[in-house]
Amino acid sequence: MKPWEVVIGIETHAQLSTRAKIFSGSSTAFGAAPNLQANAVDIALPGVLPVLNKGAVECAIRFGLAVGAKIAERSIFARKNYFYPDLPKGYQISQYELPVVVGGSLAISVGEREKLISLTRAHLEEDAGKSLHEGAGQQLHGRSGIDLNRAGTPLLEIVSEPELRSAAEAVAYARTLHALLRWIGICDGNMQEGSFRCDANVSVRPIGQAQFGTRREIKNLNSFRFLQQAIEYEVQWQIATIEEGGRVEQATVLFDPDSGETRAMRSKEDAHDYRYFPDPDLLPLLIDRPWVEQIRSQMPELPLAKRDRLIADYGLSAYDANVLTTSLELADYYEATVAAAGKANAKTCANWVMVDLAARLNKEDREIGESPVAAEQLGALIARIGDGTISTNIGRKIFDALWNGEGSSPDEIIFRQGLQQISDSSSLEALLDELLAANPAMVAEFRAGKEKAFNALVGQAMKATRGKANPQRVSELLRKKLG
Amino acid sequence: MSLTLEQVRRVAHLARIEISEVEAQHTLDRLNDIFVLIEAMQAVDTKGIEPMAHAQDVAQRLRADRVTESEPFAQRTAFQAIAPETEAGLYLVPKVIE
Repeated sequence: MKPWEVVIGIETHAQLSTRAKIFSGSSTAFGAAPNLQANAVDIALPGVLPVLNKGAVECAIRFGLAVGAKIAERSIFARKNYFYPDLPKGYQISQYELPVVVGGSLAISVGEREKLISLTRAHLEEDAGKSLHEGAGQQLHGRSGIDLNRAGTPLLEIVSEPELRSAAEAVAYARTLHALLRWIGICDGNMQEGSFRCDANVSVRPIGQAQFGTRREIKNLNSFRFLQQAIEYEVQWQIATIEEGGRVEQATVLFDPDSGETRAMRSKEDAHDYRYFPDPDLLPLLIDRPWVEQIRSQMPELPLAKRDRLIADYGLSAYDANVLTTSLELADYYEATVAAAGKANAKTCANWVMVDLAARLNKEDREIGESPVAAEQLGALIARIGDGTISTNIGRKIFDALWNGEGSSPDEIIFRQGLQQISDSSSLEALLDELLAANPAMVAEFRAGKEKAFNALVGQAMKATRGKANPQRVSELLRKKLG
Repeated sequence: MSLTLEQVRRVAHLARIEISEVEAQHTLDRLNDIFVLIEAMQAVDTKGIEPMAHAQDVAQRLRADRVTESEPFAQRTAFQAIAPETEAGLYLVPKVIE
């Protein structure tokens, strides 16, 4: 059996986070009742003209800058002609010959390995409406229902070169792209609502063969898990087909999550004859350097640069830096925490954000932006642990108090509840003397060689101070007294 | 270059335009006349001239990213008054299945 090489290219449709549609002033908000966000342009009444939304162009420029692509000084819009009920004009406005973003690349990591994936292009286009079918309480009299709220929603179609070599790489690419689009604020990334969907072009060839095998395109994958499963199934199907003497025919396929299989769509006659031509309703889009530079000046620090800086400036491990840069909100929260806690506590801050805070957010199904504990509060709390005012355990209690809104600053809570750690030898010694006098049995056990008794005595001291005693100081003093 | 009757039928089908045999032949002749015109134009040397995407040499004006619609219900009612069939805010069309 010959060894096979898998070749995958991905096309992503990312819904851009504009308020209005790409060619009209209708709202793009998700979830409105049918056809309440479809105006005369969106439903293609005769005599209307599209006018391009500047915000959508800015999103495309931001993306181009983020992936180091060329922003076309001049790009044009084309009509992609096909008939479908949810496409009222009979064509989709897209870009064909001269797209707005050309080239660029995306660095992905699979396990320990990093790989740079080239991008072919990214172009602006409009989304179609939605066809709804009978069922789930919907009575449509044996017809299909058309909702045009989504028609005209701005999309950025991002096309990769066929440089991905496994389902794992494809998923890493999609995840990295997804995180980047959210990072630069051009797409909300909500996959359930269809804001980010992928088509995967998959082919196989014997290792060493120069030309590509025949590809099949898996359409509309809206979760990373489906992307992985669909590609794995498709690859195994193509290899089996060829090894059994068959041939792979070029086709568009759909993934069925229930069966875990891909199957060819009933091939529509002339389906791919889109007869693109420049849209006479739209003039060429010109983007001058000053505009690009203005947008560049508003770009956030990009994830890879931030990751490297967290490692260099704060001494974080690559793992921690990767986790903290999964989203801009998280990274910003972390940096604000460090700013309040002091750079010396940077590693402790990483632990608190990644462990304590993350667990709490996760438990209550909240995003970092919805954390009841502000970064400044968490930073101040960590500073108090760092300077020995409180122990880590008391810190956790104060964190809970802040989370529940029982105080606005850690210092206030520490003062009000008298939670300062007791490290002072004289007060601790007095306490320990009392304790030893009251527990002669334990003292005897310890002297008989039972280490357990020692721990029990420390426990008693902690209990007597409601956790405020500095446990290290208690141990030291206790050993001295018993020793 | 000239077209065949088969190509005319195919283009008509792609555009979802129903044409009779007589119309197809007539359309073929007229389209072929256009090809003659195009051939004459192609004799002009256009080397080094960048093709225009639009007949007017001006740039696209852009609209601000602002929602301009304010009466969605009234607008939908007006639009759907001229639609053949609607239900629960949806436009109804012959069943589509993929």
